[in-house]
Amino acid sequence: MFVRGLKRKCFDGEEDIEGTLAGIKAIPSYNLQRQSLLDMSLVKLQLCHMLVEPNLCRSVLIANTVRQIQEEMTQDGTWQMINTQSTGQAPLDRLVSTDILCRSSREQAEGKHVPAYGTFNKDFEGDQGQDSSETMSAASSVQAPRNLQSNMWEMESPQESKGNFQKSLDQIFETLENKSSNSVEDLFSEVDNSYYDLDTMLTGMMSNTKMGHCDGLETFSSPTNTTSNSNCKSDLNELDHIVEILVES
Amino acid sequence: ADIISTVEFNYSGDLLATGDKGGRVVIFQREQENKSRPLSRGEYNVYSTFQSHEPEFDYLKSLEIEEKINKIRWLPQQNAAHFLLSTNDKTIKLWKISERDKRAEGYNLKDEDGRLRDPVRIKELRVPILRPMDLMVEASPRRIFANAHTYHINSISINSDCATYLSADDLRINLWHLEITNRSFNIVDIKPANMEELTEVITAAEFHPQHCNVLVYSSSKGTIRLCDMRAAALCDTHAKFFEEPEDPSSRSFFSEIISSISDVKFSHNGRYMMTRDYLSVKVWDLNMENRPVETYQVHEYLRSKLCSLYENDCIFDKFECCWNGADSTIMTGSYNNFFRMFDRTTRRDTTLEASRESSKARAILKPRKVCTGGKRKKDEISVDSLDFNKKILHTAWHPTENFIAVAATNNLYLFQDKVN
Repeated sequence: MFVRGLKRKCFDGEEDIEGTLAGIKAIPSYNLQRQSLLDMSLVKLQLCHMLVEPNLCRSVLIANTVRQIQEEMTQDGTWQMINTQSTGQAPLDRLVSTDILCRSSREQAEGKHVPAYGTFNKDFEGDQGQDSSETMSAASSVQAPRNLQSNMWEMESPQESKGNFQKSLDQIFETLENKSSNSVEDLFSEVDNSYYDLDTMLTGMMSNTKMGHCDGLETFSSPTNTTSNSNCKSDLNELDHIVEILVES
Repeated sequence: ADIISTVEFNYSGDLLATGDKGGRVVIFQREQENKSRPLSRGEYNVYSTFQSHEPEFDYLKSLEIEEKINKIRWLPQQNAAHFLLSTNDKTIKLWKISERDKRAEGYNLKDEDGRLRDPVRIKELRVPILRPMDLMVEASPRRIFANAHTYHINSISINSDCATYLSADDLRINLWHLEITNRSFNIVDIKPANMEELTEVITAAEFHPQHCNVLVYSSSKGTIRLCDMRAAALCDTHAKFFEEPEDPSSRSFFSEIISSISDVKFSHNGRYMMTRDYLSVKVWDLNMENRPVETYQVHEYLRSKLCSLYENDCIFDKFECCWNGADSTIMTGSYNNFFRMFDRTTRRDTTLEASRESSKARAILKPRKVCTGGKRKKDEISVDSLDFNKKILHTAWHPTENFIAVAATNNLYLFQDKVN
């Protein structure tokens, strides 16, 4: 039916999922769906930055969606919750969200989810090493974003995603460094818009990485400024970086 | 054949232009009445083909500029030649399409091998005679309007004064004079001082068909702004602001994306405008800003699939819409090569399919139906079986007759009313 024969429904059929999950976690299902949507959006933004010339309308719409989700999560206090989770636990929870959303509501109604959950988990751990290299190479090629999305989406975990994002960030830096001119003042003195955009992006990124802390997170009025050294939090910080920067470009 | 990216009839409807992803323009001409083939009137045959845009490379950004033709707009005909504007992401070109069916013969200024004769040797003045030749259609670029857009051009629209036109990209709208290529006036600029604050882009723009001072532009947030160029040189402040209040019960994370307007078109009579968003088509009365006067659901059954459509990017597809000549019917495309027509007076709607199987020449199209409920009737197609790769984004309606052109990926279909 869809581009690559995807069968999953995400949160189409929300009501069924909530009912059958009552046994496991009734309330977080909406949160899991929301989290997976956030992940998907960030992946899209990252990918569209790697394309030759990103479609500005699409980038803006996705960035707005991400902002919406983050605002809601901040209001809920869920944002805080994610930040305080330990590294080990976070990936598994993310797995759960992907898994549950990946199955049709009918399967869940039949109660098949409990054993399948365990299997999925094991399969994932087994394939992790192999898949990460697959997704890395997929991410670095300038192919149609849809293929990349499916690969990354299926095998993603926060640690891998962090690795992927780090790699793509490095790629972005590299590309920009090749393009940047020697004198920043020269760039600003020219009234050429193309230069301006590139330079704003460049200086923005450089200053952010030096500071190591995200302006974006402050914009979303995140309640926490504690020096949590969980990888999860810095991961999200970086993701905010990307959101802010990509909208500029 | 390449993927068709734009379709447009000229003012008389005798010519139909298509632009494709490879930068080519193909123009079809309507067959004249022919006594020996009474049914031939109504057929369109290839009239001219030319390469409008070539791929370019922007060395500053190390980015390729696609040659895909985003829009074609015809100029009203003023002499024997035809003029059209075609644009890719960055450059607009004015093309002249003219016919040549005579050739001058009888010059005595050159030798048989083509070399100029010594003027001393020419003893008589011979006036060349025009002789008929096989019809040749030539397309030549008359103006190139370049370097005025930082972002991707999504619309061009010719003013009713036939002297100026606008071009719109994601953040700016420029006004040009057809004769002047080295200057253009910026009339709308929504770029924020800090690009991090960017939350809205321009998605389409058009001049009013009669009032040369009025234009509209739509945004990714589902709003339309009407601007009056008499009010100020820079039309950042709108004269009218059209927005339908959001229905809080149907709000989701996708609400904004599906409200993004992909096309805006004035009616021929200039009293209404039509906007296309992801799931619906809305007709607005220019005198009423707070809500549309009519709303038509194109494929409401997709509302429960928005997450999947977001995942495969289909939710960002930009569908166009068009009016018939009388402004009584509107048409727009959908997936699975379906296109929809809405009759504004009878409130009846039809779904038709543009595909080889269902379109034998002169065969009557059968109405199609998408099954949304549980039980699928015979001939109905279920939502899960729809092919989302087969999308009809571009359609055009003949200005006066019931003749439509539908672009299905790389095929062009022409349909007409049943001839009794």
